[in-house]
Amino acid sequence: MVELSAEQIAKLKALGATQKETLVKMGDDFKKEREKDAACIYTCNATGCRSGGSVSVIDAFRDALAAAGLSDRVRMVGTGCMGLCASGPLARVEIKGREPFLYKQVTPDLAQIIVAQHIAPALKDAAAPLNLSKKLAGHELSLKLPFFTKQTKIVLKHLGHSDPENLGEYIANGGYRALMKALEMKPADVIDIVKKSGLRGRGGAGFSTGLKWEMLAKSAPVGGEKFVICNGDEGDPGAYMDSCILGGGSHAVLEGMMIAAYATGATSGWFYIRAEYPLALERMELAIRQAKKYGILGRNIFGSDFNFMADLRYGAGAFVCGEETALMASLEGNRGTPRPRPPFPTEKGLFDKPSVINNVETLATVPAIILGGADWYNAIGTATSKGTKVFALTGKVLHSGLVEVPFGTTIGEMVNDIGGGTSTGKKFKAVQTGGPSGGVIPASEFRMPLCYEELKKIGSIMGSGGMIVMDESDSMVEIAKFYLEFTVEESCGKCTPCRIGGYQMLRLLKKIASGKGTRADMDKIRDIAAAMQRGSLCGLGQTAPNPVISTMKFFADEYDALLNKGRKG
Amino acid sequence: MAEKMDEETVAKVKGILLPWKGKRGNLIMALLRVQEALGYVPWEAMEIASVELNVPMARIYSVVTFYNYFKLKTPGKVVVMVCDGTACHIQGSPALVEAFEKQLGVKSGETTSDGLFYLQVVRCLGCCGLAPVVVVNGKTYRTVAGEDVAKIIAEWRAAMG
Ligand SMILES: Cc1cc2nc3c(=O)[nH]c(=O)nc-3n(C[C@H](O)[C@H](O)[C@H](O)COP(=O)(O)O)c2cc1C
Ligand code: SF4
Ligand code: FES
Ligand code: FES
Repeated sequence: MVELSAEQIAKLKALGATQKETLVKMGDDFKKEREKDAACIYTCNATGCRSGGSVSVIDAFRDALAAAGLSDRVRMVGTGCMGLCASGPLARVEIKGREPFLYKQVTPDLAQIIVAQHIAPALKDAAAPLNLSKKLAGHELSLKLPFFTKQTKIVLKHLGHSDPENLGEYIANGGYRALMKALEMKPADVIDIVKKSGLRGRGGAGFSTGLKWEMLAKSAPVGGEKFVICNGDEGDPGAYMDSCILGGGSHAVLEGMMIAAYATGATSGWFYIRAEYPLALERMELAIRQAKKYGILGRNIFGSDFNFMADLRYGAGAFVCGEETALMASLEGNRGTPRPRPPFPTEKGLFDKPSVINNVETLATVPAIILGGADWYNAIGTATSKGTKVFALTGKVLHSGLVEVPFGTTIGEMVNDIGGGTSTGKKFKAVQTGGPSGGVIPASEFRMPLCYEELKKIGSIMGSGGMIVMDESDSMVEIAKFYLEFTVEESCGKCTPCRIGGYQMLRLLKKIASGKGTRADMDKIRDIAAAMQRGSLCGLGQTAPNPVISTMKFFADEYDALLNKGRKG
Repeated sequence: MAEKMDEETVAKVKGILLPWKGKRGNLIMALLRVQEALGYVPWEAMEIASVELNVPMARIYSVVTFYNYFKLKTPGKVVVMVCDGTACHIQGSPALVEAFEKQLGVKSGETTSDGLFYLQVVRCLGCCGLAPVVVVNGKTYRTVAGEDVAKIIAEWRAAMG
């Protein structure tokens, strides 16, 4: 690194202070602009709604507004995920002095009708009652649905309400204020807030974020460097929380990373995001470019002594790379194979330098905690699981999408209230959490509150937030097989219990599924599971048996039926 | 061995690799960019990368074979990705995979003999709310049913002339 003179540093600090003022003004300007608008149309422009054509819906809105001569009075915003992805493309109309109004399954044609029937009359006459045609009224999605009212949004708060590409809007919504605040505190005090908030890692293991940061803070830099790494690999197939948080709130993740860096003394940061997420990558790249341009990333940030740079690397599609030591190997440009710990990454991590790895959602939560305070955050949730958690609620549930609830919310509330019941009209059978490392929770246990401890007790895990809902028609043996096939395919093959054990277990499970299995095969599966849990090097192998063991425990009858079938035939 | 790369492609590959020279953690990024441009990572491109980025060929090969995202053979003109992530699986993707395999006459990871379609079964495309999902050359089809498969294939056959 180049040594700067005291005079040069003073200049850079002055520049940083000016850049801070510029940013604050940028936010204020945006607020003023927003106040001038008579109305605003928020259209979800995240991956799900884009696939349903939201880009052409936005164009249609623009054209219709122009044709009605309303372009300067109505703001058009393409937002991050609004949550109810299954009903997309979604568009929310907010007219000053009126209740917000949400439309589902919006098409370009419908966009024109919305402008003509809803927006134009209301702007002409503020007292005009809402008079929608039957067709249009059929597209209303009530904002009073429990899906919306039962959520507590901290991480997702701005996702459906702002344009992720607009830095001014992020600042206007309080963005980078947490970083500014943190930079005025001692690093140890920042760690203290995070520790006291009770925040635990959202990547699966649930380790205290503050404690982890403290470990890195205690490690001396190697070659002048320490790193913060953001884990955006999101390997659980069927979960997309991190993709949406990155795509709709890239600056919040960056801000969280920078606060982590300031608190721990890290010198630069790395985002590791899977190549299958083009929108998340694009938005994160943009956020980094914008941050560099406005001096949020760089030297003497906001006039302080804090210097920081961030860069981005793509993950190339290996589940095991979500594991922290494998992720670091992958970042270094090697095969993603885990290595034993210790040494822990906080001592010897990426490029052998002390590093801390945090999940996307963990980092995105940090700015809110710094602004809201440890006590505020700590008051949300249960005794040991604090705050909120984002879930991807999918499968046989009516309102499938992205939801955020306080820990302690029961599974029943998730699937019945927020989820609106099954999508098939059949009865619920179970939900699965934790993806390939997790297990099932049968409908009889739906009163269970969602938190790290309860899920572990029942044989599943919190995981990263995938929640798959299954109904009566789903076969549990089939689900177990699906997950095991996945982990066997994704095993890196480095250690025997996982490589051989997984393969043998899958063979036995297939035998049982085809009706040829015996009791002895079931016992063998249990033995292999124990060996894998004990002897595997990394979490992939250690947890791979979970889906099988947990379905065997709660749905023994389904396994029995298959065994009996074999006996008769 | 595969056909030789023409000079223009060689220059293109070198151009793609250039900004990654000397950067930490560059190998996978550089190879992904090559794949983005050429549709796959040809052997010769790996050899060029080995020289340009000063990485042994053995390491490059071990990396491209480790990660699912790398393609080592040229895919078809139309890349059909059928999601078999959990959400799609529960909503019936196995039947879709079967239908595509049957109607195209290939397995996942293969190209049809006319070089038109490349079939790929993937894990989660990040829009699980719309399961089951199929993405063809970047166009997303949501809540796909068995009878849609023939239509999707016909649509792309027509589009490709
Ligand atoms: C097989 C395997 C896959 C994992 N995949 C992810 C992942 O996709 N995203 C993630 O954040 N953490 C994942 N983890 C957990 C990470 O190793 C690590 O604990 C986490 O990123 C730490 O961040 P946190 O403390 O903020 O949760 C995975 C772990 C294992 C064993
Ligand atoms: S447990 Fe499995 S994935 Fe993990 S290191 Fe061993 S073989 Fe690789
Ligand atoms: S992608 Fe639009 S609501 Fe989730
Ligand atoms: S499981 Fe298919 S898109 Fe997520």
